[in-house]
Amino acid sequence: MEIIKPLLQCLAALLLSPLLAGVINRVKAFFSGRRGQPLLQLYLELYKLSRKTPVYSRTTTWVFKAGPVIGLSALLAALAVLPFAGRPSFLTFEGDFIFLLYLLGLARFVTVLAALDTGSAFEGMGASREMQFAVFAEPAFFLGLAALARVTGQGSLAGMFGALTGESWRTAAPVLALLTASFFIVLLAENSRVPADDPNTHLELTMIHEAMALDHSGPELAYILYGAALKLWLFASLIACMVLPRHSGSWVLDSALFGLALLGMAAAVGVVESIMARLRLTKVPYLLITAFAFSSLALIFQLGR
Amino acid sequence: MLLVLLSIVILISSASLALCLGRNASRAQDAGAYGAAAASAAGLIPALQVLLTGTAETISFPWPVPLGSFTFTLDPLSAFFLVPLYILTGLSAVYGVDYLKNYAGRKPLGLAWAAFNILTAAMVLVFTAGNAVLFMLGWELMAAASFLLVLFEHEKPQVRRAAFIYLTAGGAGALMLLAAFSLLGAGSAALDFSSFPSPSRGIASAVFLLALCGFGLKAGFIPLHVWLPEAHPAAPSQVSAVMSGIMIKTGIYGLIRVLGFIKPWEEWWGWTLLIIGAVSCLLGALFALAQHELKRVLAYSSIENIGIILLALGLGMAGAACGADALAGLAFGGALLHVLNHALFKGLLFMGAGSVLHGAGTAELEALGGLAKRMPRTAPLFLAGSAAACALPPLNGFAGEFLVYLGAFRSLNSAGSTAIAGVVSGLALASAGALAAAAFTRAGGAAFLGEPRTERAAKAREAGPLMLFSMRALVLLCLLCGLAAPLLLAPLGRAVASGFGLSFSAAAAGAASVPLLYVSAGGLLLLALIALAAARRSAFLGVKMPAAGPTWDCGYAAPSARMQYGASSFSQPLTDFFQPILRKLGQYPVISEYFPGRASFSSEAQAVFFNAVYLPAAVRIRNLAFRFSWLQHGRLQLYIMYIVVTLLGLLLWKL
Amino acid sequence: MHTFAELIIVFVILLDLALAVTGSLSSCIRLVALQGVVAGLLPLLAGSGAPHARAVVFALVIVTLKGAVFPRLLMRARDKSGARRDVEPLISYPASILLCLGAFIASSWLGSRLPLPQAGVAWIVPASLATIFTGFLLITTRSKAITQVLGYLVIENGIYIFGLALFVEQPLMVELAILLDVFVAVFVMGIAIFHISREFDHIDTAELSELNDWRRGEYGK
Repeated sequence: MEIIKPLLQCLAALLLSPLLAGVINRVKAFFSGRRGQPLLQLYLELYKLSRKTPVYSRTTTWVFKAGPVIGLSALLAALAVLPFAGRPSFLTFEGDFIFLLYLLGLARFVTVLAALDTGSAFEGMGASREMQFAVFAEPAFFLGLAALARVTGQGSLAGMFGALTGESWRTAAPVLALLTASFFIVLLAENSRVPADDPNTHLELTMIHEAMALDHSGPELAYILYGAALKLWLFASLIACMVLPRHSGSWVLDSALFGLALLGMAAAVGVVESIMARLRLTKVPYLLITAFAFSSLALIFQLGR
Repeated sequence: MLLVLLSIVILISSASLALCLGRNASRAQDAGAYGAAAASAAGLIPALQVLLTGTAETISFPWPVPLGSFTFTLDPLSAFFLVPLYILTGLSAVYGVDYLKNYAGRKPLGLAWAAFNILTAAMVLVFTAGNAVLFMLGWELMAAASFLLVLFEHEKPQVRRAAFIYLTAGGAGALMLLAAFSLLGAGSAALDFSSFPSPSRGIASAVFLLALCGFGLKAGFIPLHVWLPEAHPAAPSQVSAVMSGIMIKTGIYGLIRVLGFIKPWEEWWGWTLLIIGAVSCLLGALFALAQHELKRVLAYSSIENIGIILLALGLGMAGAACGADALAGLAFGGALLHVLNHALFKGLLFMGAGSVLHGAGTAELEALGGLAKRMPRTAPLFLAGSAAACALPPLNGFAGEFLVYLGAFRSLNSAGSTAIAGVVSGLALASAGALAAAAFTRAGGAAFLGEPRTERAAKAREAGPLMLFSMRALVLLCLLCGLAAPLLLAPLGRAVASGFGLSFSAAAAGAASVPLLYVSAGGLLLLALIALAAARRSAFLGVKMPAAGPTWDCGYAAPSARMQYGASSFSQPLTDFFQPILRKLGQYPVISEYFPGRASFSSEAQAVFFNAVYLPAAVRIRNLAFRFSWLQHGRLQLYIMYIVVTLLGLLLWKL
Repeated sequence: MHTFAELIIVFVILLDLALAVTGSLSSCIRLVALQGVVAGLLPLLAGSGAPHARAVVFALVIVTLKGAVFPRLLMRARDKSGARRDVEPLISYPASILLCLGAFIASSWLGSRLPLPQAGVAWIVPASLATIFTGFLLITTRSKAITQVLGYLVIENGIYIFGLALFVEQPLMVELAILLDVFVAVFVMGIAIFHISREFDHIDTAELSELNDWRRGEYGK
């Protein structure tokens, strides 16, 4: 049955994505010499939040409540496009990454509107910055995917990552290395990680993504946190597919390796977060422009090949 | 075909009726609106029929005008433009009945309705004309009628200025079109589209450039856009919806028609369109981000979307010149589909902006806020339109752009310049999409969300039932066109075949059908997931009653509406970053003391191209003209002498 | 081994980009030194088979000069001049990086047009041209005298890589001549900067232009 495997893959993503945040926290705790939160902390928090009674600001309207719902749904739909260990998921078609990109755009759109609905200065600030960084991150991500399409000659995500082999790393190593770097920067920025944003500072003027969720509570907040975990899983699995091109042929072995690679990505994010300081806010566009430069260099290399 | 002519007749007669009934505002409104709606219903039938069957129809009557003939052609390309035209004008007319009620007694509503119906009839004429003279007649009629509508609130000086700029642009464009048609039809007995001889290469390039400028002045891509952000906001909102939604597309239509006459295409034509389109969509979105008035935001967004259409045309032509039929077909199909989609969502957005203007009395973003509470029915409609304008699935904006993206990615794996064309167009689309998302969250958020910033916004009232009806119909169409995009593929293919060539539509249909099917499956999945997530949320909530409180402002106890992020603060990081392009004017307060006193901040988006290019050029031309002012001195005798001398000169030259 | 050489070329280009966005003077000096070292080692890594003894010696000389002597001199000049520690660009950093990217696109186009013998390693010609462009960028858009010296050094790196593209392992004659020039230039400018800064307390080129004969206020009275 060919339907079973994508189902299992999606189920794995749904169940395991909150684990990545736990790994990041444990790595950070390790670097600062603490014991840290339990690995399954986010699961506990999601459970707790889903049982809480929310508080709504009197300023807000339906937009505020619809934001987390639509945002999470967009990310869940994106999961149906996302390949798992280079293998296709439910929806695999030519140009599916465009659909993925715009689903992420939809999630951002409703999150920003929900933030603006509170009328709070802080959430407006976060929303404004989120849109600003998206303007720089989106072209970088897009060009990277274009370069990947050119490397592999494929038009769908699963096709691209399925066509990547150890051989392509041997012949196109510079291109793939540049792309990995570019995607990693985009991952850090899109998932509001250091050095673009600090997920720990809930009450600072510098925060971006956390600021937009200041007023959300209860199940809505749980949706937002779960959506963030899914988004991290999404970007991490794109990178993991790229750096782990070898296919053993066995689905179980590939999936297990892929899971390990994802945990490795989370650990890498944790390491970056431990050894780097957050950039000054005005410098974050430069970081994303650097990612853009990496992507375009990769594309130029590949076009001239 | 006859029904299309009937719709023109209905429009013209209802226009004259409205003009006659001008004394009685409500009767004039009825005459105009019923006429427009009936004409739409009559015209939609043959247009849809042609799209579904793919057979072109032609009717021809003799016309004593030299070179002219009453030749009407209804082929799938015309029909593909006529469908959004009829939908949008019909719904705008319904919308206008409620919208214009406020003006009864103060404004000549009969004249406004007459101009609106004449405008519609002129556009039908433009889309169906099969003769250049007839086409130009429709074209000029369209310019004149829309000029009257732009002048609707003529007591405001900026409206008069906008109308004047609009008139100038229209005249200049028409002159270039006359030149282009003359070049095309040189030597033939009548300027029928079907009888144009195939031009030589040099002539073809000249015609291409003339048509690009002439039609560009109507389509409003950068740098020929200066009239658009002035004129579109000045007209009444339902007219803005028609102007932005469909009237600027007459430029695209004309360009496609003329491109059909001058085959085979050169590659540099494609590149020209591609570059202009890329610049238009990027700068249009960027300028939209800096505007302070809702209708101006939408006007600049129209420039962005025209840029997307032009970019797709350019990509297709560049691909066709290299023999990549599938890529070209996808790009052409994307361009046409975006024409339809843009008409739907931009019409919706302008009507939404009109409702804001109608309910709150102003569309200045910094004066609005909190309208989602005061206009609870308009707000979701406008926000849905914004999502469609940002090309977010499952709404319709996505489908057209997706086809262009598919074309761009097809080109990636071909060699040389086509691949670069693909990269450039994909990159421009992605960046413009991100900028447009920023512009629309800003506009929607500042107008509808948060707390009202002024008294006027706090007292805003909901739009009338007919206005809501039109907007709801458009939202429904947006959603339908998004989800049923695969069904649109067959009529779209017919339009591409009749506009560009049969080989493209065949190649594109094979390439696009499966991905589009998946896209709509994805859209349905998304809707199902939203329903699931919403149901899950209410299950989580159960019987618990959510508590209500003030917005949590990080401990600050007395938040006020003035503390909210306004429109200009929302976009400030981006507009500051792009300041070298935007050149906003404004003042920041400089704080130099420990206890600063009152401070003021201002920022103003200026019309960069108008102020930096057109105004200096106009001044220079005027100064040059003054040097020759001694020729025009007012003495009649000498004028007659000029005439005599000219005639003598001509006579001598011919002898 | 060509993939490895390509990776080094990519590294050189990334160093160009880094130079375009680095704000601090000392890291700029370090980046230039690093680029010099990488460029110096390139013939050893890119060539096939065991490198020639002469090539090894030559590479060692270059690496010591560019990796140790020049940076030391420049750092000294920077410390002695007591100027501000950033490069004071005349254009914004994003503009710099976009110019740098544009330069790379232009040079990859140029590289495909130049009638050169096929280089063994892909991208070596565009990379060298891009490096030269970056050098010009540093010279023209940074206001300090010391960044101009850095720009010359970057140009020299580019020319060296370009020579490598023409004749792998035998860039000796070309390189020696250029290196000599640059060495003298760095030496002279190092001393000059040192003295100028003692006289005028700063090393802004805008102020240097006041040293001409034309005195403000006295002319045309």
